[in-house]
Amino acid sequence: MTMPENDRGADALRPHAEDAFAEELKALAAADDRPRPARWNLSPWAVATYLLGGTLADGTVITPKYVGPRRIVEVAVTTLATDRALLLLGVPGTAKTWVSEHLAAAVSGDSTLLVQGTAGTPEEAIRYGWNYARLLAHGPGREALVPSPVMRAMAEGRVARVEELTRIPADVQDTLITVLSEKTLPIPELGQEVQAVRGFNLIATANDRDRGVNELSSALRRRFNTVVLPLPATADAEVDIVARRVDQMGRALDLPAAPEGLEEIRRVVTVFRELRDGITADGRTKVKSPSGTLSTAEAISVVTGGLALAAHFGDGVLRPSDVAAGILGAVVRDPAADRVVWQEYLEAVVRERDGWKDFYRACREVTA
Amino acid sequence: MSGPPPARRGPLLLGVRHHGPGSARAVRAALDAARPAAVLIEGPPEGDALLPLAADPGMRPPVALLAHAADDPGRAAFWPLAAFSPEWVAIRWAQEQAVPVPVRFIDLPAAHTLAADSGTGPDEAGSVRLDPLAALAETAGYDDPERWWEDVVEHRGDGAADPLGAFAALGEAMGALREAYGDEGRARDRVREAYMRQRMRAARREFGDGYAVVCGAWHVPALGARTTAAADKALLTGLPKVKVETAWVPWTHRRLARAGGYGAGITSPGWYAHLFAARDRPVERWLTKIAGLLREEDQQVSPAHVIEAVRLAATLAAIRGRPLAGLTETLEAVRAVMCDGSDVPLALIEDRLVIGDVLGEVPDGAPAVPLQRDLTRRQRSLRLKAEARERELELDLRKDTDAAKSLLLHRLRLLGIGWGTPAASRGSTGTFRETWRLRWDPELSVRVAEAGIWGTTVEAAATAKAEADAARARELGEVTALAERCLLAGLSRALPAVLRALADRAALDTDVARLAKALPALARSLRYGDVRGTDASALAAVAGGLAERICVALVPACAAGLDAEAAAELRGHVEAVHGAIALLDEEGLGERWSAVLRALAGRDRVPGLIRGRAARLLLDEGGLPAQETARLMGLALSPAAPPPDAAGWIEGFAQDGTLLVHDERLLALVDTWLAGVPESAFTDVLPLLRRTFGAYEPGVKRSLGELVRRGPARGAARGGAPEGFAPLPDPSRADAVLPVLALLLAGPPA
Repeated sequence: MTMPENDRGADALRPHAEDAFAEELKALAAADDRPRPARWNLSPWAVATYLLGGTLADGTVITPKYVGPRRIVEVAVTTLATDRALLLLGVPGTAKTWVSEHLAAAVSGDSTLLVQGTAGTPEEAIRYGWNYARLLAHGPGREALVPSPVMRAMAEGRVARVEELTRIPADVQDTLITVLSEKTLPIPELGQEVQAVRGFNLIATANDRDRGVNELSSALRRRFNTVVLPLPATADAEVDIVARRVDQMGRALDLPAAPEGLEEIRRVVTVFRELRDGITADGRTKVKSPSGTLSTAEAISVVTGGLALAAHFGDGVLRPSDVAAGILGAVVRDPAADRVVWQEYLEAVVRERDGWKDFYRACREVTA
Repeated sequence: MSGPPPARRGPLLLGVRHHGPGSARAVRAALDAARPAAVLIEGPPEGDALLPLAADPGMRPPVALLAHAADDPGRAAFWPLAAFSPEWVAIRWAQEQAVPVPVRFIDLPAAHTLAADSGTGPDEAGSVRLDPLAALAETAGYDDPERWWEDVVEHRGDGAADPLGAFAALGEAMGALREAYGDEGRARDRVREAYMRQRMRAARREFGDGYAVVCGAWHVPALGARTTAAADKALLTGLPKVKVETAWVPWTHRRLARAGGYGAGITSPGWYAHLFAARDRPVERWLTKIAGLLREEDQQVSPAHVIEAVRLAATLAAIRGRPLAGLTETLEAVRAVMCDGSDVPLALIEDRLVIGDVLGEVPDGAPAVPLQRDLTRRQRSLRLKAEARERELELDLRKDTDAAKSLLLHRLRLLGIGWGTPAASRGSTGTFRETWRLRWDPELSVRVAEAGIWGTTVEAAATAKAEADAARARELGEVTALAERCLLAGLSRALPAVLRALADRAALDTDVARLAKALPALARSLRYGDVRGTDASALAAVAGGLAERICVALVPACAAGLDAEAAAELRGHVEAVHGAIALLDEEGLGERWSAVLRALAGRDRVPGLIRGRAARLLLDEGGLPAQETARLMGLALSPAAPPPDAAGWIEGFAQDGTLLVHDERLLALVDTWLAGVPESAFTDVLPLLRRTFGAYEPGVKRSLGELVRRGPARGAARGGAPEGFAPLPDPSRADAVLPVLALLLAGPPA
């Protein structure tokens, strides 16, 4: 009938945001004296503080959940307080899902009302399904209805989440139009409807590089306020993110830690950023951008791959030759155009750079 | 004079932020309430004479008051005024009264400021003291001082309740600030403030205490301070002085927005103008304006979008604790609601609305801009009269005056002042000759006035214009042309900016054809640059970089399955680049280019025309052994090759028949190959050959035929002399040519 109860133990491999940060949420709720929209656990200001971090009057330290521009979080939270839905866009690895989960946790205290978008997501996942045993035994009725997370969120005035909206087939996506504009979900079989109560809203995430899958219809797009989550603003921030994630993944994969690898990580991040931004770090030379996204997530996988190579086939120290092949694979997605871009970059930028000789040679080797 | 006598003591000190719309409204309200007998404004007193022009109906802000040293227009300072500048509002207020109120500028005269430094730009008063303001903002809990000022001052509505109270409070705050920070390092401020106080004393003698002062907020405490006239006088003695001339010049919002230089550093003049002009509901009107712009650009924006954006902006402002949604909030709302989170339409909004394209106007009767004066001076010294009648001018660039005339005309053309247009030279085709068609249209004076915003001398203005053009150019070709024009106009100071733009465009251009088209012009410029004595090393670096990029991208571009037309075009480019690279003197470039040619010649997917041409270019410079050439020829013309491709190859390889006549080695190659074609295949090859050789001139064909007939004797011919020539040259007969050659190279005696 309802969702299976979660075993919210400390044993969970990955606890929900509202459980992992329950203490912070409690402290924030206690300290928060600003007006709260209907059925919100916190005021918009407190939600923004929860995401961006800060220190409360009673000394409780709120850890930052999202490291990035403040205005993005403010626009996102503000959108949830209006009756427009929120669409988080961004290339892979920009923490879309993470932000959506924490927003839902802070606003409704529940981040589990989730629809995962895939090519096979059916309409039932957004509207409702039937418990056929009951349906046969007792005939149609509300008891035989299996509500979707969206339907539950509407009835309870909470925030629902839809992940990877653009992967959902277009006709199923359009089911959301009635929900978002009329704020109601009709159940024609019963001649009833579920009306959204105040406090309901919806956060969707989508990958803006992956347009090919299922473009959002303009009708649906009009119902969303769009917030684009950017890639890390500075090289240092990105190096930090990559190093931390690589460290975590390396431990999971039982790879030896390689502190000397920081130099190589910085190099990978520099190459990725320069190609992505189309300009060298010193701002002097423009370069062409390849067709791939070159996101932080890809930088992480290049470095992890390089570490694995170094651990299993090298001397355990991350060297230029370990990452060169990975970089080539990430950069050259389109064999013709991207190869020219990459070679130009190698010749015009890498060759001239002090201390990059080894790297240049390694890259030439794998490129040729 | 017309109002009731003011009840307060001392003058009315109105501290403002320059170019702040809120300040402007508040100033108007305060003036309306206090009705002072005179208005004193922070600005150069030399401008007093020009003030009546502000009331002229032909005067439309943004304009700038320009002061420059009479003998050196390059030493100049601008005081830009927009419709929303408090100073402008105060000037206009005084002029609009039933009995006009006297207006005076009271800042330190430009005669001193221009003498002290050689024109470091507008008085520092152009920007508010950001640092102390930051302290004030921080105290109020703001991280951005500009925003704090906006919330506290600019957005506070009309201040109808107490039009004077806010100014008093602000003055106090500034006083506290100056006490805390002192005015260390601002020696010039002390002098300026002393001068302003002196002028205020003069005003008091004339008008009593009932006058108002409009100045930067920072100065308020100093102007209210009690100092002795003698102390102020002491500060002002012995200041250096130059003779100064002033003029009104039209200004633009874009130049207001430019930080540094003569810009006022206002990042959002369009938004300020809107705030100042909007009667009510500024946010709603602003967002409607944005929606209108997006609709013009074919974006679907409905009134529902505007409603949502207004709500989002208001809620955002509430979350941030701001009294009214500001520019940041509205733009963020627009991004999220109307632009799908994208920055691209937002850039358009920034450009068209936040900055805007407003151009000011100055009435015709206003004193001439210095650029005009500089031009007149140059016309006089070069004896080049501005005449309405069209006439032709022949210039010999080896003569100094003629070269100077050429420079002037080229510079004016860069500035969009089309006095002279280059015409084809009659008779002589030498590069040292230039022919111009001159005609002075009256409207060119307007152009000169417009170009006045770029600078005060022809050279400075042309340099600034070229730099701006380079930044704005979209295509590589435009920038290359600009670089050439800069060299022609002798604008070596603009060259770095132009070359930077050139390097940037070249880096981003994906079309190798465009790169290839740009390179020959550059190589040419490089030689001109040498001739005209401009520094060519930067140019050489750019050209080298360009050649490098061509080397990388040419082979894939040629191998990308081109049709015949594209292949023919690229063949031309390959040739042009080949010629250009020979002119460039960069280490290793020649070898790299040879490698590219080798790759072109040897790659199957490259069209035959280009392959053949590459093989030939290599052969000519000795980069390809004869045997290898023969092999390539055999490959290209073998029966398995598609006929059009094979025909293209031979066309590319042997396109100029004359060379075939004179280069026996080449002819031998073709001959050997042809003789080796099996009989059965010969008929297949024949049409291909005919296509190429049939296009030769009859004379060439005949010579070729004769050579081939003599074929077996070619080994002997190589050692011996051609028919009609002695085996060795006769030095005495050869020397006879030298006097004629000397005449040709040196030209007629000057």
